[in-house]
Amino acid sequence: MFTPVPNPTTNPVPPKFGEQDLIRRSASTVTPPAKRLTEVAKLIDVSKCIGCKACQVACLQWNNLTEEVGVNVGVYDNPHDLTENTWTLMRFTEYENTETGNLEWLIRKDGCMHCADPGCLKACPAPGAIVQYSNGIVDFVHDKCIGCGYCIKGCPFNIPRLSKADSKAYKCTLCVDRLAVGQGPACQKACPTQAIVFGTKDEMKQWADHRIKDLKSRGFANAGLYDPPGVGGTHVMYVLQHADRPEIYAGLPNNPTISPIVEAWKGVTKYVGLAAIGAFAVIGFLHHTIAGPNRVTEEDEKNAERLTEGRS
Amino acid sequence: MSSSEVDSGDNVHPGKPVIVDRYTVGARLNHWVTAISLVLLALSGLALYSPSLYFLTALFGGGALTRVIHPWIGVVLFFSFLGLFFRFFRLNLWKKNDSVWLGRLREVLAGDESKLPEVGKYNAGQKVVFWSMSILILILIVTGLISWDEYFARYFSIEQRRMAVLVHSGAAIVAICVWIVHVYAGIWVRGTISAMTRGQVTGGWAWRHHRKWLKDLVTTKR
Repeated sequence: MFTPVPNPTTNPVPPKFGEQDLIRRSASTVTPPAKRLTEVAKLIDVSKCIGCKACQVACLQWNNLTEEVGVNVGVYDNPHDLTENTWTLMRFTEYENTETGNLEWLIRKDGCMHCADPGCLKACPAPGAIVQYSNGIVDFVHDKCIGCGYCIKGCPFNIPRLSKADSKAYKCTLCVDRLAVGQGPACQKACPTQAIVFGTKDEMKQWADHRIKDLKSRGFANAGLYDPPGVGGTHVMYVLQHADRPEIYAGLPNNPTISPIVEAWKGVTKYVGLAAIGAFAVIGFLHHTIAGPNRVTEEDEKNAERLTEGRS
Repeated sequence: MSSSEVDSGDNVHPGKPVIVDRYTVGARLNHWVTAISLVLLALSGLALYSPSLYFLTALFGGGALTRVIHPWIGVVLFFSFLGLFFRFFRLNLWKKNDSVWLGRLREVLAGDESKLPEVGKYNAGQKVVFWSMSILILILIVTGLISWDEYFARYFSIEQRRMAVLVHSGAAIVAICVWIVHVYAGIWVRGTISAMTRGQVTGGWAWRHHRKWLKDLVTTKR
C-alpha cells in the first residue's frame, strides 16, 4: 500500500505556494522563480479502479459543484462527457482482448492532465487567465478568463469546458487549494482502492514501476506508465494494462502534442502578421514621402470644364 | 447601359469647377457602417490576437466584453459589406484594360497617369481591393462562425475549430493590409475623401483618375 497523504491539522496553515511560484502565465512573460517547488503528480492506476465514482462525487463536493440530472442512454458514463461542473469523469470501455479472449472493463478517470507544456496556456489570449506553478499545477484564474474558448482549441486532451452560466472555462485544478495547505486532491482522498495516489512526481514514477512489475507478472506484458513526452510529461499519469495502445481507453491520445495548427497560430503567425501590417504602413509612409501627393491640376479641371461645356 | 461605366446616381454638374456625383447617400451610409465595423473589428481582433495588443480590450470594456462584441460586429460587417458588394460589383468586373493598368504599376505609383489607359468608375487597384475584400470577408465570416464557441462549438470538431482560428487570423491580417492600401490610396490621391464624405468629386479629379467614367457620364446624361 502506498502511504497516503496524512490527514491535515485542523489549525489554519499559511499556503505553501502562490503567485511567486508561477513558471508560466498566459499571454505574459514571467521571471521564473529561482527556487522551484518539488513537482507533484497524481497517479491513476486504471487496473485498480472499480468504477465506483467516489472521485467524481468528491470532486463535486470539494469544489461545490452540482451536475444536472442526466439521461440514461445505456452506458455507465455519467454524465456523458466532462462539463463545466464535472471536472473529472469515469469513462467506461468494454474491451475484448483477442489474445486472451477475456472481456476487460477499462475504466479511465478522465480530467486535466496538468501538462508540463500546457496547450491551453499557450492558446490563451488573456494575461494571467491560465497559470502554471513550478510544482506542475496548471490552473485557470476565472476573474481574468474572458471566455473565448481558445484553451479548448489548445488542449491536446479535450478537457476544458465553457460554462453556459458565466461563459468562463472550467477544468480540474488538481485541488490547488488543498495542495497549498499540504493536503492531497479530493479525488485521491476518496478513492477506496488506491487507484488514485498522490505524491511527488518521482515518488509516483517509482510507485508506478512497482505496479507495472506486478501487472507484468500477472500477464499484462504491455503494462506501462502514461506520462506522454510530447507535452513534456504530465502531472496526472496513468498506469495502463495496455500502455502500447492508450487509445483503447476511451480515446486517450497516443503520443499527444500541442497541435501544429495551434503552434503555428500562436507562434509564427503572430509575428509575421504584425510585421506585415507594420510593413504596409511603412511602405505607405515612404511612398508618400518619396512620390508626394497625387494632386489634381488646374489643367485637369479645365479639361473637365471643356468636356462638359454646352451640356447643362 | 451594361457596358457603360456609369452607375445609377452618378451625375455631372457643369460649372467652375465641374462637380461630379460619385456616391449616393445610401452608398455612403453603407460604406460608413462597413468602415466603422471594420475598424472596430480590427481593434478588437488584434487585442485577442497578440498579448502585446491586449490593452486594446480596454476600448471595449475589458477582455470578456471584447470577446462578446467582436463576433456581433462581424455579423454587422458581413451584411453591410454584402450591401456594398451588390451595389458595386458590376463596375468592378475585370476588363482587359485593367490588366494593362496593373501591368504599368510603376507609372501608377509615380502618379504618371498620362501613360495609363483611360479608367472607368474603378481602376484595377480599386477592383483588386474590392475582390480581395469580398473573398476575405467571406472567409472571415465562415471561420468566425466556426470559432464562435458560445453558439456554434457543438457543430464542429476541435480540429476544425483550430483550423478556423488559424485561417481567421491569417485572413484578418491580409484584410488589414488591404485596408491600409485602400486608406492610403484615398489619402495619397488628393480629392478622393470627399467622395466618401459628401459623395462628390471635382471634374478635374474625375478627368485625371477616371476619364472613361467622366466621358461616359457626359454622354449619357443629356
